[in-house]
Amino acid sequence: MSRRRLRGPRHGLRLARALLGSQYATMLEYRAEIALWALSGVLPLIMLAVWSQAGVTAADGLDAGQLDRYFVAAFLVRQFTVVWVTYSFEEDQLHGRLSPWLLQPLQPLWRYVAAHVAEQATRLPFVLLFVGVIALVHPAALWLPSPERLLLGVLATWLAFAVNFLLQSVITMGCFWTERASALDRLLFIPYLFLSGISAPLETFPEGVRRLALATPFPYLLHFPARVLAGESVDLLGGFGALLGWAALLLPLVLGLWRLGVRRYGAMGA
Amino acid sequence: MGTNGDAPMAAGAGSIQVQGLGKTYRVADKLPGLGGTMRHLLRRRLRDVVAVRDVSFSIEAGEMVGFLGPNGAGKTTTLKMLSGLIHPSTGTVRVAGHVPQRRQRSFLQAITLVMGQKQQLIWDLPPLDSLRVNAAVYGLDEADSRRRIGELAEMLELGEALTRPVRKLSLGQRMKAELLAALLHRPEVLFLDEPTLGLDVNAQARVRQFLADYNRRTGATVLLTSHYMGDITALCPRVLLIHGGQLVHDGGLADLTSRLAPCRAVRLDLREPVPADAITPFGTVEQMDGREVRLLIPRERLTEAVAGLLAHFDVLDLEVSDPPIEELIGGLFRQGGRP
Repeated sequence: MSRRRLRGPRHGLRLARALLGSQYATMLEYRAEIALWALSGVLPLIMLAVWSQAGVTAADGLDAGQLDRYFVAAFLVRQFTVVWVTYSFEEDQLHGRLSPWLLQPLQPLWRYVAAHVAEQATRLPFVLLFVGVIALVHPAALWLPSPERLLLGVLATWLAFAVNFLLQSVITMGCFWTERASALDRLLFIPYLFLSGISAPLETFPEGVRRLALATPFPYLLHFPARVLAGESVDLLGGFGALLGWAALLLPLVLGLWRLGVRRYGAMGA
Repeated sequence: MGTNGDAPMAAGAGSIQVQGLGKTYRVADKLPGLGGTMRHLLRRRLRDVVAVRDVSFSIEAGEMVGFLGPNGAGKTTTLKMLSGLIHPSTGTVRVAGHVPQRRQRSFLQAITLVMGQKQQLIWDLPPLDSLRVNAAVYGLDEADSRRRIGELAEMLELGEALTRPVRKLSLGQRMKAELLAALLHRPEVLFLDEPTLGLDVNAQARVRQFLADYNRRTGATVLLTSHYMGDITALCPRVLLIHGGQLVHDGGLADLTSRLAPCRAVRLDLREPVPADAITPFGTVEQMDGREVRLLIPRERLTEAVAGLLAHFDVLDLEVSDPPIEELIGGLFRQGGRP
């Protein structure tokens, strides 16, 4: 009887390859939709145009060039930190797709992580296309980051995605208690819009608001990685520390809620 | 068929013990219209619905057991509890030596649940992509999973269907691919909920044959629900009958038929018509149409009555039959009665 089972890193690697491969193949089937999603993420570029017209001065903490670079960097960070796990999870639960996953020896949230990473890979060509367009219409807004800043920027973006994923996963666990947990996601969207730095760099905020924002995870989801990528002076240790701290706080919360939620799971629609 | 992949299970590995199992759901009622919506919003009316009540049975490793009952009887809820998908409200369950709701890795490796009306295959990709993911999830190595897929695809006659997107497969091909995906990790216990739902007669027969072969080759335990009695009669010597959340029969299919139908139907084709009075001493006349007679005879008197009929009348043809099991069970559920 053949009972060989892969274990350890070899199993993890094979699993990651299989999950990412299948998710990437699925995402390619929806590439037109993903291009539109990528296009819908141009808010930072719109804000760039708005703020350029508003005539930001050095007194606001940023000159025009810095502002350009910040919003282009924010656009790039946003493209790779978008999270939609609540919506997918809710749909999968309502349509009974979650049930077979719960009966397999793999925490189902990993499937959503793989789907997000695959979606990011599918977005990449469209994002590069946008950058090409920016290079044509507003070349002054582009810059060449140093290799270390590029590396740190990618790392900060990846950590921001992880924290954003965990943050939305907390809301997602509400799917075990309510059929419309996605409505709760709006609770995250509004503070994200105002506190992440997607509408305006934190440097332009009044001091009190800026301090309040920094006490939440939102600036670390966009403002911090964008400034790292843009080559601006930034508290690297504090920023990465905050990202790791939020991840360390949210991960056990998600897993705890998961355990409680699964006990309540009614397997409706399945 | 290779010899490595489907050797029989260890004795007792796939047994199921269920004691006093119950499940109660809390549901909110909502009346129609705006008034109902407002009341639902402001003062939700909750009530408890008992889906399964005090169900006990045990199944030996390797058994194939049919699980019968009308819609809403509690079959699927029971399967969900046995597979660990939902937590029971009362009672205890052990499947393959595990408490299902703990969902330990070794338990999940040992079971599978197939729901005929639900799919786990990725809709936009060929089944092979989903199978590759399943193989990785269950930790099968590349060579082992390739061999298993080849063996099962051959048994299921899937052929090139494995390389076409799932959305382009026929219902029968899709169901067979679902079975392949569910059995790739070689589970010891199979919970099958309507695995032939919507399939045509040929596809049903092929799936039945596959399940019978799979059980014979692997010794896997199978608990099967189906609305097609053909599935049950072909595969399951033993049936559990559930009604209103309660188990009302646990035993052989023949025993169930005897309990539901204490008489057997006898059809006579006579050379000459005879008066009804002459027939009635042998049984209850159901129908008389010239030379054709249909009567019901209690099982315990059958031999004696048939001998009497042959001795007293000039019989051209005689046929003894049980009423179809689906008619018997359907009649029982329509009456809301118990066997």
